[in-house]
Amino acid sequence: MIDKLTYSERQSASFILVAVAVVGLLMAAFGNSNQLGVHGVIVMIFAAALLYPVLSAIYAPEPVEDREASYYDDPIKVGIVLAMAWAIFGMFMGVWVAAQLAWPNLAFDAAWSTFGRLRPTHTSGIIFGFGGNALIATSFHVVQRTSRARLAGQVSPWFVLFGYNLFCVLAVSGYFIGVTQSKEYAEAEWYADLWLVVVWVTYFILYLRTLARRKEPHIYVANWYFMAFILVVAMLHIVNNLAIPIAWSSAKSYTIWPGVQDAMVQWWYGHNAVAFFLTAGFLGMLYYYLPVRAQRPIFSYRLSILSFWGIVFFYMWAGSHHLHYTALPHWVQTLGMTFSVMLLVPSWASAGNALLTLNGAWDRVRSDATLRFMMAAAVFYGLSTFEGSFLAIRPVNALSHYTDWTVGHVHAGALGWVALITFGSIYTLVPTLWKRERMYSAALIEWHFWLAIAGTLIYIFAMWNSGIIQGLMWRTYTGENTLAYSFVDSLVAMYPYYIARAFGGLLFLIGAAIGCYNIWMTVKAVPSTVPATPDAPETAAAVPGE
Amino acid sequence: MEVKEQDPVTGRETTGHEWNGIKELDTPVPRGILLFLIVTHIWAVAWWFFAPTWPLGTTYTKGLLGIDQRTTVEERVVEGQQARQDWMARIESEPYDQILADENLMQIVRSSGRQLFGDNCAACHGRDARGRANYPDLTDGDWIWGSGPEAIEQTMRVGVNTEHPESRIGQMPAFGRDGMLERDQVRAVAAYVYSLTHPEFSTPENVERIEAGQQVFAETCSACHGETGEGSAEAGAPNLTDNYWLYGGDLDTIIATVHGGRQGHMPTWDERLTNAEIRMLSLYVHDLGNRQP
Repeated sequence: MIDKLTYSERQSASFILVAVAVVGLLMAAFGNSNQLGVHGVIVMIFAAALLYPVLSAIYAPEPVEDREASYYDDPIKVGIVLAMAWAIFGMFMGVWVAAQLAWPNLAFDAAWSTFGRLRPTHTSGIIFGFGGNALIATSFHVVQRTSRARLAGQVSPWFVLFGYNLFCVLAVSGYFIGVTQSKEYAEAEWYADLWLVVVWVTYFILYLRTLARRKEPHIYVANWYFMAFILVVAMLHIVNNLAIPIAWSSAKSYTIWPGVQDAMVQWWYGHNAVAFFLTAGFLGMLYYYLPVRAQRPIFSYRLSILSFWGIVFFYMWAGSHHLHYTALPHWVQTLGMTFSVMLLVPSWASAGNALLTLNGAWDRVRSDATLRFMMAAAVFYGLSTFEGSFLAIRPVNALSHYTDWTVGHVHAGALGWVALITFGSIYTLVPTLWKRERMYSAALIEWHFWLAIAGTLIYIFAMWNSGIIQGLMWRTYTGENTLAYSFVDSLVAMYPYYIARAFGGLLFLIGAAIGCYNIWMTVKAVPSTVPATPDAPETAAAVPGE
Repeated sequence: MEVKEQDPVTGRETTGHEWNGIKELDTPVPRGILLFLIVTHIWAVAWWFFAPTWPLGTTYTKGLLGIDQRTTVEERVVEGQQARQDWMARIESEPYDQILADENLMQIVRSSGRQLFGDNCAACHGRDARGRANYPDLTDGDWIWGSGPEAIEQTMRVGVNTEHPESRIGQMPAFGRDGMLERDQVRAVAAYVYSLTHPEFSTPENVERIEAGQQVFAETCSACHGETGEGSAEAGAPNLTDNYWLYGGDLDTIIATVHGGRQGHMPTWDERLTNAEIRMLSLYVHDLGNRQP
């Protein structure tokens, strides 16, 4: 992969890595033996591990071919591998914390393995590690193909990919040693957050510059969603993470937002992380890989426009529904609730547009598990967006809030929508990228599909039951106007559902492991034939008169 | 450049755009979606009229219903308090004997006390109040600090070995570790205590050890546990002649107790629960112990 870079590009890569290592050294020196120091050492190791292959090949022959005549796929391949590695890690942590809820002794009496520390390693590992890497990889793929142009940079795609993974490593390793700013889905501390800003802005510029080089008159819908994802996540990340470190030598910082404003900013961030990271980005995936796999045109361009603008506009207002019946003023709650309900139609329009695109290809949905992954993802997307709008209604939320119903809702989205669309996209993408005719085994994709579906259904049914029982127990009064159940009573009632949930998660993990094996075997297989369809950007020479 | 085509499956025209083989149909937005969009918007706008919604500088639109969650919750809390007031006041002020004699009131204690016990006491004593190793069983009718709701109330208020000025102090010294008794004496006195509840242990080969232990007991232990070993609620010294054991009644555990001592801890609830709640829990716990044969 280094051989595709010119000498000066290898030099700039080395320069960046040395600079990162120096920052790590400074962190280690200033942090001394505290958590910042530990992270300084991790940064140095990370940079050194990447510097080694670059320096060993720095005087290797330069590429002779015209790089502009081919798409830049190396960073995408690495991104797919990283996404799958994070998937296994994150899902394993998920099964572990789920099991801890049923059998608390599985924390083994250590500090690093308590529920409070492991739980964010699961959420960050899945959302940022698995989801983020999958989004970066597929966005690089989609933007090149739909623009018929190569990525606008040789080093910057690597910088985005590895820089982002450094952020993920800092975040997740921090939780084990007790580093957190106690904001859900934004637990990473100030230095990791600052680093992510640098990486993300690079990502945004790279994406814009690539789009600017496009050889198509129009920008395809998938790119609208990827652009919304990159732009809004930058905005959310910066505003929610505004914080002041207690010292430059400390990992600890305090947010600049006071009291209920902090809660509001956090859930404006939190809900839009769901909207623009876990929805918009993955809709970008859906809009490319679903029609490609189904070989059908998108059902309605007009519906795409309606749902895109509906989604990006309404989601922005919905965050306050996470704070119903709290210190947040009533009027903010009404706004959040009403916008959440208005959001339902654009969301369903997206799901419907995806499903109606399959008209004329339903026989393939039956026979092709890869396409079925994407079909099921669209169904779960519709299901969880309906559930989300429903739970945002205040009286409904009075029952569901703080219960497992919320957890079930999130996983209907995370397992059923995000993970399924990702697996469907990856199974479509891997043979294309590695120039194979097809995946190693169609039967293993079937196994993965049914394990994932069974795991998801067991999980969400367990959490629906558990959550509704919890909510009802907490609000049941005796004839004397006192609570009928203690909190412990509700925990006892949860026990069977917690076991079922851990089991559902385990099935999902096994499916993902099968997926990894299948991808590995596909990559290992010797290519039989050169693909018949040309897969290259349009160069200036090929388009006369441009 | 843009070539519109007819899709053979749906009969619709494409928009003429194409990206790497992906095309789009020019299908109009289905009427159902537009209708649904209108319905959700009407629902939302109606809410804006009825409930507080839009900020206006330093104030906000109050809504036609005049509701606000803060006043709603305050009203509900007052309503609940009023509904509980009658029986709560009685539990708080009437003498225990009078309450115990009133079967209706005791029913309330049993149903409402259970939830209170679950939220405050079950973490140590268990949901069924049967305790576990090192945490006393409250259902067995055996009371270290004395029986009856008054004694239970006192234990709850001041706790055991707490910083409360009137805390109950239950200190079993570490006789072995702190060198007050020799190793042999510890083993002997443990054997004696064990034999109190296990007569079959007094076999000829153990008799000598047990008698030596009895001697040590009379000199060292009887101050708190009494000459016969029946204990003292005053000192929080448990009865050693019955079969209720807080830390375990096998010989090894008794040796460990005499060697290392025991200083249990029960928190004080004076500041955490209201008067009525403490009295209700005292009755509830007393009642649990009484229900045992």
